[in-house]
This record gives sequence, C-alpha cells and structure tokens, in this order.
Amino acid sequence: MNRRPEPVQVVKQRRDATLQKLVAGVPYIQFLGIQIDRRGDELTAVLPYADKLIGNPMLPALHGGVTAAFLEVTAIIELTWAMVWEDMEAGRIGDEAAAIPLPKTIDFTVDYLRSGLPRDAYARARVNRSGRRYASVHVEAWQDNRSRLFAQATGHFLMPQRNG
Amino acid sequence: MTDIQAERREKIARQFIAAIPHAVELGMTLEEVSDGRAVIAMDYDARLIGDPETGVIHGGAVSALMDTCAGAAVMSHPAAAVGTATLDLRIDYMRPATPGERITATAECYHVTRSVAFVRATAVDGDASRPVATATGAFTIERAKA
Repeated sequence: MNRRPEPVQVVKQRRDATLQKLVAGVPYIQFLGIQIDRRGDELTAVLPYADKLIGNPMLPALHGGVTAAFLEVTAIIELTWAMVWEDMEAGRIGDEAAAIPLPKTIDFTVDYLRSGLPRDAYARARVNRSGRRYASVHVEAWQDNRSRLFAQATGHFLMPQRNG
Repeated sequence: MTDIQAERREKIARQFIAAIPHAVELGMTLEEVSDGRAVIAMDYDARLIGDPETGVIHGGAVSALMDTCAGAAVMSHPAAAVGTATLDLRIDYMRPATPGERITATAECYHVTRSVAFVRATAVDGDASRPVATATGAFTIERAKA
C-alpha cells in the first residue's frame, strides 16, 4: 500500500511544536533571549543583541561567558533535536508526553576568534559523533559574515538514558 | 605591597565587576581579589535554570561566572594589564550544581607571560569538597600603548 505523504502543515506544526518544547521550557534560554530558526532539519540559533549581554563596555564587546553559553545552548539543542528526530517524524512525541530528557555537558571548549560585536549573533552546531552514551558536537558562531566566525567550540555530552 | 596599593587594587577590581553589565545582570559579587587570584560568587537564580526538570543551573551561566572570575584574576595580576580578553576557555562539568545553592568560583593565574595569562578556575557550591566545575583558559594581556 502506498501511503500519501502527510500534508506539509502537519509536518511543520509537529516539528515546530517539538522545537518549541525544547526551547520554551528552559528559563536560561529565555533569559539570554535565544531563538531558533528552522529550515527542514537545519537549525540556526539567534542571539538578538541586548545591553545586558555586554562584558566589556569600553569596546563594547559581548561577554565571553555569553558567547560560551550561546554556543553551549546551541550544541545541546542541536544534539537533542538529532536525538528525537526519528521519534518526532514518526509522530511519537505528543503534546502530553513528558519533557524531553536533555544531554548533560561533560566538557566544553570555546575558541574565541574575535570579540563579539554589539549586534545579533548566530550559531549552528554539527554532531560529529553520537553514540549511545557519549556525543561530540562542534559549534560555530558568527555575526555579520557567515565566513568570519567570532567563536567556535567543541563539547562532549552524556546522552540521556532512553527507553528501548 | 602597601595597604594603599592593596586598597587601590581591590577598588579597581570591584569597579571592574560593576562595569561588566552581564556580571551585574547575573548578580555576581567579588569576594576576594589579590595578585592574580580572584573569588567571585553567584547566587542561585531561577532565571538561570538549564534543566527545568531538576532546577539545575545551566552550564552556560557557570561558564559566564568562570570567565568573569578568570578575567578578574588576570586584571589583578602584578603584570598590570589594562585590559584582557579570553583566547580560549575549557570547562569540565564534574557534577550538577545543587539547586538553591550559591556558586563560588576561584581563579588563579598560574603562569603569565608578556602577552598571555594562563588561568585555572574551580567552582563549588555548598559542598566545597566536591567541585561543580573546573576550567582552564588562556587570556590576553592588553598593555597601555607606549
């Protein structure tokens, strides 16, 4: 039997609802004001500029800790997103279901390439290796030019225990 | 070092914290500072929760604390930098911080060259015998233009 493909609105609604569930429930993501853009399965984290994110008012420049946090949030969301993708596509993540368990950061190394300017920042993460227990994720962040990164990071994560 | 010098250095370091909008936003307080060593505390705050299931603070907020504390250590070092910036920072998360408890970071410059400071930092909560996180980083030493 050949199933008809699901209507595009149904697929989009399900993906956006899952993403919303990952982002809206975490106070710290809201505190920093991070938003996530989605194109298919590709996620781009956006950090809109705010005065409270400044670390050096003389330059001025974003706080190094803000940059680290932005990259870590992006890595965790991307990793969780990749982890739930199959279940989500199969419609196994309902609205009523319990919160999605998050990976835990083991270590995180940030490479500061240039100072973060007082404007919006963007980040994308790539899961380089994702096993049953451990994962390694690389993240890149930029501002005005995609090819001029202002920071990058690599982190290792402990995956949550999943059923099955 | 004379008392006047010590006082001056402490004043500069306190102003350094107060002048960092993000450190103020996170409610950081400078507890101690001397010759390349700094102690900064951050109270538990529900806005900083990273895992709503457990109420544990997000690693990113701990990173911000470590980074600020390491920067303060660099600024207080006798190398007398007029500014500093993080080159790289690695954080190891040993265990989740206990919800409700204040986190205290201690950072120390363990080696300083003309242009780079190498810093180690440790963060603890109520149970100081088991660190929440440790960090190592390299920071620039900005010098006044001759």
